[in-house]
Amino acid sequence: MARYLSIIDSAYRATIEEQDDTAVWFTHAMKNGGADVSILLRGDAVNYAVSNQDAKGVRFGARTVKGPDMVRDIKAVVEKKIPLYAVADDLAERGISISQLIPGVEQIQRRGIAKLIDGHDHILTW
Amino acid sequence: MATITIGIMDPPYESANTPTAFRLVEAAIRKGHNVNVFCYEGATALGYAGQKQHPNAVHGASLEEEDHPNPKEWIESLLAFAGEKKVKLVWCNCGLCVDERGVENQVEGVCRGSPVDAWKYAEGSDGVLLIGTE
Amino acid sequence: MSKYVLIQSKSPWESGDIGHFYALASELQKAGGEVTFFLAQNGVMGARTGAKDAGLDELLGGKIRVLADDFSLRERAIEAGSVKQGVRPSPIDEVVDLLAGGAKALWH
Repeated sequence: MARYLSIIDSAYRATIEEQDDTAVWFTHAMKNGGADVSILLRGDAVNYAVSNQDAKGVRFGARTVKGPDMVRDIKAVVEKKIPLYAVADDLAERGISISQLIPGVEQIQRRGIAKLIDGHDHILTW
Repeated sequence: MATITIGIMDPPYESANTPTAFRLVEAAIRKGHNVNVFCYEGATALGYAGQKQHPNAVHGASLEEEDHPNPKEWIESLLAFAGEKKVKLVWCNCGLCVDERGVENQVEGVCRGSPVDAWKYAEGSDGVLLIGTE
Repeated sequence: MSKYVLIQSKSPWESGDIGHFYALASELQKAGGEVTFFLAQNGVMGARTGAKDAGLDELLGGKIRVLADDFSLRERAIEAGSVKQGVRPSPIDEVVDLLAGGAKALWH
């Protein structure tokens, strides 16, 4: 069975309409089906690893929007034992400290991405 | 003969990624490879049967003169091309993406699946390329 | 030896994030990979002679094979004679060949 690495760098693109990040969701669905998957958050997507994200409160007239719960979804990825990495350099550039991160997110240095890619058979670039 | 799986996400008329993806599929078929295309999110509208051509008043072109592309025809044409070349082209939409966009009315030959189907296509492939979206 | 094809679809002027993709190509090659860097769509803009794309320039002349989609070049009126030394105009079939040969593919 092949090992898949989802590299996610697009962030908050359609999350309100979809009530999910569709790349995180897709990868989780692959895992549910039995696939061997890992996730690397890079670029702005490292923000998905931050606690206390809150997208509630959107409404259009009488229609409320439940919104995504990225903290719930990232915790679910961790609980499902999908290896979840975030690029440490990208976190630092964005002023995100370790104390702000959801537990279970493993930091890797930017220079370590090549090795991570080499350890997987197929790369999904989201 | 190899098998290639390509995932695409962009809706029609929005991104240069779309014709590039179609060019990759065409080239793969032409070279005698089997191809699986999994359409996710907006790309599920590529096969929507309700697409229509239009004239182009800015250029003074009639409907016929403009001959405006509808990607559904590109899909139909590639399916036919694959048949001529005796290779397999699977064009599969993410079903939930189809439902939420209301694009159930698809051209013939387009099938419906899930991320697990995409995974299975990839498992049976020599090469896998996902063209993500902005 | 792992084979890689990195497809760069954006120009350095439309994406501020392109540097990491150039750097990744170098790192994969230094780690022993056989790397093809394929410029497509606006990604070919940096391949025009005189274009200020230092990241691309660093890849040229080394062990990474840098190709540019011939259609994307033509679409942008970048003639073969105006392409930087070290960039080879190529049909998109090259990407297909690499995928068919089992190369790991990354799109940016």
